[in-house]
Amino acid sequence: MNAVSQTSLQASAQGFLARYEGLKARLSGNVALRAAGAAAFAQQGLPGPREEAWRYTGLRVLADVAFHEPVVLLADGAAQLAALGLIDGPRLVFVDGRFRDDLSQLPEGVSVQTGAPAFGRIADNAEKMVALNTMLAEDGAAIDVAADVDAGTLLLVSLGSDAHGKPVSFHPRHAVRLGKGARLTLVEVNAGVGVYFNNPVLTAEIAEDATLVHLRQQMEAPGAFHLSTVFAEVGARGTYDSFSLALGGKLARVQVHARLVGEKAMAHLNAAQLLGGSQHSDFTTVVRHAAPATASRQTVKNVLTGRSKGVFQGKIEVDRIAQKTDGYQMNQTLLLSRDAEIDSKPQLEIYADDVKCSHGATVGELDADQLFYLRSRGVPVAEARNILVRAFLAEALDPIAHEAVRAGMEAAIAARWAAELGTGDAA
Amino acid sequence: MAAVTETLDTVAAVTEGGYKWGFSTDIEMDMAPKGLNEDIVRLISERKGEPAWLLEWRLKSYAAWLKMEEPSWAKVQHAPIDYQDLHYYAAPKKKAGPKSLDEVDPALLAMYEKLGIPLRERAILAGVEPEEGERPPVAVDAVFDSVSVATTFKDTLAKAGVIFCPISEAVHSHPDLVKQYLGSVVPAGDNYFAALNSAVFSDGSFVFIPKGVRCPMELSTYFRINARNTGQFERTLIVVEDGGYVSYLEGCTAPQRDENQLHAAVVELVAMTDATIKYSTVQNWYPGDADGKGGIYNFVTKRGACRGARSKISWTQVETGSAITWKYPSCILQGDDSVGEFYSVAVTTNRQQADTGTKMIHIGKNTRSTIVSKGISAGRSDNTYRGLVRIMKNADGARNFTQCDSLLIGDQCGAHTVPYIESRNPTAKTEHEATTSKIADDQLFYCRQRGLSQEDAVGLIVNGFCKDVLKELPMEFAVEAQKLLAVSLEGSVG
Repeated sequence: MNAVSQTSLQASAQGFLARYEGLKARLSGNVALRAAGAAAFAQQGLPGPREEAWRYTGLRVLADVAFHEPVVLLADGAAQLAALGLIDGPRLVFVDGRFRDDLSQLPEGVSVQTGAPAFGRIADNAEKMVALNTMLAEDGAAIDVAADVDAGTLLLVSLGSDAHGKPVSFHPRHAVRLGKGARLTLVEVNAGVGVYFNNPVLTAEIAEDATLVHLRQQMEAPGAFHLSTVFAEVGARGTYDSFSLALGGKLARVQVHARLVGEKAMAHLNAAQLLGGSQHSDFTTVVRHAAPATASRQTVKNVLTGRSKGVFQGKIEVDRIAQKTDGYQMNQTLLLSRDAEIDSKPQLEIYADDVKCSHGATVGELDADQLFYLRSRGVPVAEARNILVRAFLAEALDPIAHEAVRAGMEAAIAARWAAELGTGDAA
Repeated sequence: MAAVTETLDTVAAVTEGGYKWGFSTDIEMDMAPKGLNEDIVRLISERKGEPAWLLEWRLKSYAAWLKMEEPSWAKVQHAPIDYQDLHYYAAPKKKAGPKSLDEVDPALLAMYEKLGIPLRERAILAGVEPEEGERPPVAVDAVFDSVSVATTFKDTLAKAGVIFCPISEAVHSHPDLVKQYLGSVVPAGDNYFAALNSAVFSDGSFVFIPKGVRCPMELSTYFRINARNTGQFERTLIVVEDGGYVSYLEGCTAPQRDENQLHAAVVELVAMTDATIKYSTVQNWYPGDADGKGGIYNFVTKRGACRGARSKISWTQVETGSAITWKYPSCILQGDDSVGEFYSVAVTTNRQQADTGTKMIHIGKNTRSTIVSKGISAGRSDNTYRGLVRIMKNADGARNFTQCDSLLIGDQCGAHTVPYIESRNPTAKTEHEATTSKIADDQLFYCRQRGLSQEDAVGLIVNGFCKDVLKELPMEFAVEAQKLLAVSLEGSVG
């Protein structure tokens, strides 16, 4: 089977390379950077099943699909956008990876540039999906917040459409830069219809004393592929505060690399994954403590039903100089069906001695005592399960300070639970 | 921290005296030429007078090994191993028919003395009967390089129906048992080093506990690498039938050498219904000098199969030696209600690298596993816990608890934790927790304030840190292990 998937991965990589050859003359943005990405991708290909970082997430199902360049066709998008029920305010909307001026509302006090990929400084082509993105990125948002500006909340929306009749792939490339003491809440929503492959890369450079709150809601179409990568670099006393909610997609992976490069920098990488059917979703993080007295916090919750498979891989790296590091990571999973599966790999790699690092991981079903407690008070079993599951997820959602966004996410969870997951096949 | 500097100086003076167990014994060796090929495999088999099926098995393993690649996933670094630059067979020259201990080479007995084998056990080796009221004695099967030269207490054990002998002997005396179980837990092609071992394994222990028998004494093997450039490839097989019990002790030290020595052992355990196997290891191979020169490469495959219901396999290990350790004693929990345990203390100092942990594969219903791992890194060493807990689909009610704690001593070392948790059954529960820290200043202060020296304070705290594991060791080993911990860390406290 390895040999087979290896070949289909190679064939798929060849397809992407061929597309690059055909497009490269007219793709905008830094030519040298793109060529470097292409060279890296040509050499590396797509991640294979024998790679440690991808051992639990195989891309064979992705490689089996032939993806095409989105054609230039103005998919409506407006109705789709409205159906998402997003919060009001400034928004940057991309349809099939291309910026849509007509659907967007530019923010004030923030510099936003679109029309070309925002390659940024800190993405690493050694990540194979990043190399692919660098090679094929067409568009993206360069978001700059000047020093000491509180830029409020900005929505970054990606819609995948089925306007083309055949599967498309898009590779948006965004860069966020916060000056000293700046502040921004970036709310990222990924949604769509049909079969498509969304491969976004976002880099976030967070200067001293700056704070980026990054709230992500992945509700891609049931047939979609979502493989996203974030690189965040945080300066002294800065904060990268992120939460990722995974609800959609057929195969999804969110990969976050956070580097804490200034003293007392901080990262929160929280996540919740609620999966059903035959969904596969992977949340992979690498936090690198590269300066003294840095801190990281992670609460990752998975609720798995049906035949879904959840993956969590979390690595905390502590450099020699990063004394007084405080790293904490908690991963909890509820397995609600006999056919669901969780693979969890929390990992510590520590080279400094004066540190406090810990992680914990638990897997189990709903607590029978808790269910009994609720039922004995007259709560029907379905409702009791619903209450317990939402309480379980709440721990990851609670730190979201933006109330409207949190409420939106809770509503999306409730809808997903009610629509497909809550009704069924619990053991 | 003047006290620390002082300690370091004192300790350096002590440790420069060298590895306590660094010596070698001159005994004539019968050795195969360097290198590995089919002929060498045939030669090994021939020298041991093995039956055809075993030679076949070795050759098949060798063919499998040729097609495999040396694994690179462990967090260890070493120069490439030249497998053609090793001797694959060495046997001490024996006098004709060494049937009793008197005929054992006196140099060998003297070596056991230097090894610090406890007095009582040495007396046993020398054939002295234990006094009335003493604890049941320990049976020792000594592996000297590649051939077991002395086995004691065979008679006592034979009365109980226990078979405890070198595996090379068992091949002849109990061919059916060996044929049935050899490679049944660790197949020949399981991994690179297991395949190598299967092709060229030298010798090791064979233990068979028949139905309903509680082994009347603890069984013990002392390993020792002696000949220069000799890879040591022990093969141990322990089979316990329904309701049986055995506690097996394994300990090793090795003489000081400049060249790295490869040690690729395979240990297979089989526990049938209601059987219990307790396997304890104190590993103290030569770790190399302060710059990491020399030292043993310890690449070991240890696995136990809980085949029957309510069977239990418990691994306890104290790992202080070896330049590089690559070792994951595992349990395959097939039988319903079977139990797997792994208790480990791994200490690395200087340039040592240890990548060790366990695998618990839950297959049967209501299977339970406990993992307690304590890693202590000092000097410029790297210490990794790597473990897998896998709950298979039908393992209803399975339960795992894992705790791995790392202690860092000094700012030049590394401590790493790589647990894999895979669960496919909603009724199973797994819990994992890991912490990394240093010795807290307030703990040290508390001890120092009460008059303990810095060194003793650290010793006390480290012993406390490891208590959960040390208490699992049989008496014979607990003392040695505590001493080892203290000695191992002497050079690195600060």
